[in-house]
Amino acid sequence: MAYEPVLIKDVREQGSYTLDFYVKQARGYEGLKKSLTLKPNDIIEQVKASGLRGRGGAGFPTGLKWQFVLKDTPKPKYIACNADESEPGTFKDHVLMERNPHLLIEGCAIGCYAIGAKVAYIYIRGEFYHVQEMLERAIEEAYKAGFLGKNILGTGFDCDVYVHRGAGAYEAGEETALIESLEGKRAQPRIKPPFPAVAGLYQCPTAVNNVETLCNVPLIVLNGPEWFAKLGPEKNGGPKLFCISGHVKRPGVYEASMHTTLRDLIFGDQYAQGMKDGRKFKAIIPGGSSVPILLEQHLDTPASFDHIQKAGSLLGSAGLIIMDDSVCMVWLAMNLLHFYRHESCGKCTPCREGGDWLYKLLQRVERGEGQMKDIDLLYGIANNIVGKTLCAFGDAAATPVLTTINLFRDEFEAHVREGRCTLPAPWRARHAMVAAH
Amino acid sequence: MDYAPAQFHRSARKLAEPGEPFAYTPENQAKFDENVTRYPPDQRKSAILYALYLVQQQQGYITGAGMQHVAEQIRCTAADVEDVVSYYTMFYTKPVGKYVLNVCRTLSCALLGAERVTEELSEKLGITPGQTTADGVFSLIEVECLGACDRAPVVMVNDDWHERLSPGDAGQFVDDIRTKGRATFTGCHLHVEKK
Repeated sequence: MAYEPVLIKDVREQGSYTLDFYVKQARGYEGLKKSLTLKPNDIIEQVKASGLRGRGGAGFPTGLKWQFVLKDTPKPKYIACNADESEPGTFKDHVLMERNPHLLIEGCAIGCYAIGAKVAYIYIRGEFYHVQEMLERAIEEAYKAGFLGKNILGTGFDCDVYVHRGAGAYEAGEETALIESLEGKRAQPRIKPPFPAVAGLYQCPTAVNNVETLCNVPLIVLNGPEWFAKLGPEKNGGPKLFCISGHVKRPGVYEASMHTTLRDLIFGDQYAQGMKDGRKFKAIIPGGSSVPILLEQHLDTPASFDHIQKAGSLLGSAGLIIMDDSVCMVWLAMNLLHFYRHESCGKCTPCREGGDWLYKLLQRVERGEGQMKDIDLLYGIANNIVGKTLCAFGDAAATPVLTTINLFRDEFEAHVREGRCTLPAPWRARHAMVAAH
Repeated sequence: MDYAPAQFHRSARKLAEPGEPFAYTPENQAKFDENVTRYPPDQRKSAILYALYLVQQQQGYITGAGMQHVAEQIRCTAADVEDVVSYYTMFYTKPVGKYVLNVCRTLSCALLGAERVTEELSEKLGITPGQTTADGVFSLIEVECLGACDRAPVVMVNDDWHERLSPGDAGQFVDDIRTKGRATFTGCHLHVEKK
């Protein structure tokens, strides 16, 4: 059965980001119109029945998240849309916001109606300035056409959507850190519980949802939960965007069902079309840099939350990073630990200090100055970060070290034995670079 | 509880170099006054990132006087503002070049030669990452994942994007910016539409 894209079908069409296009060519805002004739709770039930799982990384059922939002409270409620897309290897929300922004706005409005909120903040990462311009333009159009603002479509429902620009912090993608940042503080996570559904933004009940998640909501309301569930394997329904990058011929964002196997996504004609420069496949990180690596023998796994988890990794944000046989796995761990060391918010000691320690050890091993005991030390430090931090960042930072040592211990040992990097690829720096920050 | 700017508070401390006296231009003041209405009246602090972007736009970087001004606008302490400025990477507390070359260094870009791009730019400009050229035209910064991994290696120049910058083209890239300015940049590939 051929899969027909629904989220990014029109993104290459002229003016796909305009309200005119969205309403005339894509049944735009029909989902919102239909929603406003339903009871808020019915929408939550529909989203629950559809089995929609959060597209940001954790894969938590969206309907449940909305149901948990405290109803009996005099406080206002909020939707915080997570558009901080910073997970290395992930660039799907980028496309949605830039080329199909009205779908997100519609999703925000329906979400607000369902949980009883009047305001949605879209927290966009600071680097996406050009995306923000498109999004704000679309919001302005939606206000003018009466899809946002006061008394929407004459139903008495009020809803405001605002864009809030971040300023460069990976950690702001964590839901409670995002809320802190929205409140004008450092993006550092809070202790949970209470969860945002009870005490989130300004200590009010808040639903934090990823861009792609909210974009699915209008489709569910319009086409029904059964349609949505049937698009993918059990409990993994709906359309999914896959971000494919690395050593492939045709990297990009592809929409597919979660029946599609990793092999198809990498080698399929309509997807990434195989390895670049005729090189051999070595490894794949299937869900953004924070998840364990998978190998050749896992490639026939369907790219769904549950199947990838069974194979020993996570679908995460569906950022597939594909590596050929020129990649040194010690270098890979070092590259990612540079990232995690830099982005750690510094709140929890294991992550703040451990990340830095791991990076320094990896540098030493990569330069060929390490000892065999350093490999065990790396493993020990990483294992002591896992589960000991307030948010999932700690686990994410430890993962590249644990997964590379688990799968490629021989490469670490070769570095130590030979006193040099045993796989220096031509695309890497020629001189050891001095860390500038 | 509001802290009036002049009022003593224990978290008040000496700021970064104050620099020239600073106040928003009337246009920026109007922009700030609009932005702050997006948040509940008792939550002015939510507008702090926006307020800081305005300072940075106006004077190129954020001085102590700029932070003080934001504190007065937000009605918090200057220390609160400095706390925020020092956390986020997109705020500069020292002067930067007219073009800030932010080269993505994270995995997907690195796999396609980002380390080499930085080396070439560094050699061409005669500076290391984190520095600004003597003529004040270029700053070179290595940044973490920019979220356009399919168009690696990616360089963000101020708010503009340049995609697929190969190491071999890096030198020419610098020359082009000098002569053609912003016209050099490819922009985001997503803007390209079917004919």
